[in-house]
Amino acid sequence: MENASKMSVQNLDFYYADFHALHGISLDFHENQVTALIGPSGCGKSTLLRCLNRMNDLIPYSRADGKVMLDGENIYDPNVDVVTLRRYVGMVFQKPNPFPKTIFENVAYGLRVNGKKDKGFLREKVETGLKQAALWEEVKDRLNDSALGLSGGQQQRLCIARALAVEPEILLMDEPASALDPIATQKIEELIHELKENYTIIIVTHNMQQAARVSDVTAFFYLGKLIESDLTETLFTRPKLKQTSDYITGRFG
Amino acid sequence: MNGINHKEGVAFRRRFTQGAMFGFFRIAAVINGAALLVVVYFLVARGWRAINWTFLTQPPVDSMTKGGILPCIVGTLCLSVGAIVVALPIGVASAIYLNEYARPGRIVRIIRLGINNLAGVPSVVFGLFGLAFFVVYLDMGVSILAGSLTLGAMTLPVIIGSTEEALRGVPDTYREASLGLGATKWQTIRSVVLPAALPGILTGTILGLSRAAGETAPIMFTAAVFFTPSLPTSIFDEIMALPYHIYVLATAGTEIEATRPLQYGTALVLIVLVLGLNLIAIIYRSRLRKKR
Repeated sequence: MENASKMSVQNLDFYYADFHALHGISLDFHENQVTALIGPSGCGKSTLLRCLNRMNDLIPYSRADGKVMLDGENIYDPNVDVVTLRRYVGMVFQKPNPFPKTIFENVAYGLRVNGKKDKGFLREKVETGLKQAALWEEVKDRLNDSALGLSGGQQQRLCIARALAVEPEILLMDEPASALDPIATQKIEELIHELKENYTIIIVTHNMQQAARVSDVTAFFYLGKLIESDLTETLFTRPKLKQTSDYITGRFG
Repeated sequence: MNGINHKEGVAFRRRFTQGAMFGFFRIAAVINGAALLVVVYFLVARGWRAINWTFLTQPPVDSMTKGGILPCIVGTLCLSVGAIVVALPIGVASAIYLNEYARPGRIVRIIRLGINNLAGVPSVVFGLFGLAFFVVYLDMGVSILAGSLTLGAMTLPVIIGSTEEALRGVPDTYREASLGLGATKWQTIRSVVLPAALPGILTGTILGLSRAAGETAPIMFTAAVFFTPSLPTSIFDEIMALPYHIYVLATAGTEIEATRPLQYGTALVLIVLVLGLNLIAIIYRSRLRKKR
């Protein structure tokens, strides 16, 4: 864990109306590392992920207490512009969700809403994004076709390309492969491996083998609490707590 | 596999119920389609003889027993378009507010209640409201403007309802994806939500337009007159309109029997106009859907 801390959650509580979903979470995410958040359904791992780009703001009557520091700035500070924040913290969702637009327009969307209009610039960034997402070779001849005509795995890589095109610094992934077949999943995992060269990646996953394969650090959550976090290798081979070992060996959850 | 071929018993009864329900649903659907066909057939059979070039391009003459219905066609087109111009922006904006911006709560519930009640108000009440408010109080006179506003108010709930429906049909994942890329809420609505909802909004507009084109009561006090041979030159002019013209010929004219063919002819023109407007919108909508 020598890399510098890119994002740091400090004593974060989160409430959905009356439901206390996260209890005093403190966790650091390091630059150019992949952090996996694991735990049984309803443990709060997705909630935490969605706190990191304040996607939870959309939920009526929800509330976050505590700090999430991004490069030393609290993203929950009242002066923070959420729209700008999300440009730095990109997100890939559980189900591929390309817009009903062309492949090109999907990737260019984030740039367009940020005021980029120059055709040449857009084309260049779309190409870079698609290459980074390992999709360029498959779609370069049909950029003007609808994105909905792609396969599920291609759609998910398109969504990754779309997120990368705005050049975020952190990439949040909410079970990005759970709706995909094993081959598409493998491609996504290889991609995550390459992407951590340039990005800080935080991934929620239900699949423990996946966490073990792709992540450097793993954090285990249970009932809204962070139970244990450590280097992935350590956590999976020598967990400190019995709860953690019970979960990773499949005894519950 | 005992009993698989039995004509009696549970399997038989189930098959019978299955068949009966299927038949029932089919009949219900067929009746629907048939109703439209019967109406159209009836109008075509009785009205087509009245329709010729003069009928479509000339004003009525000889106490409206001869001549054409051009002023009515133009009037109805003006009123329908006017109603949509009034209702579409306000209706879509209201639906966007209710569905995208407003926090669910008491205020939204009250507004919804108001809209639903507006939909239930009889059209003649809209007519009287238009007369009292637009024509008299706002001093617009009997005019295209007053009629369009009245029809627009009547069409609003249809457009709000179908737009809300269309907005609800847009998956939240689109909104999240857009916001996650650093788009503002308005950018999300404009570039992702509205385009995805457009076919549904269009359907509502078609329904509203058809309804506006065919209404008589809201325009009889606010826009339409018994007879005017000239075509409107501004939105402050009074006009003739197809539905009102039918009403006049069929109930208030001096030669009710003699003008029967003209009545059917006018009705036929009205229904062709409405179906034509629908057709344009349907074609446009399917074009939009294909573009995805």
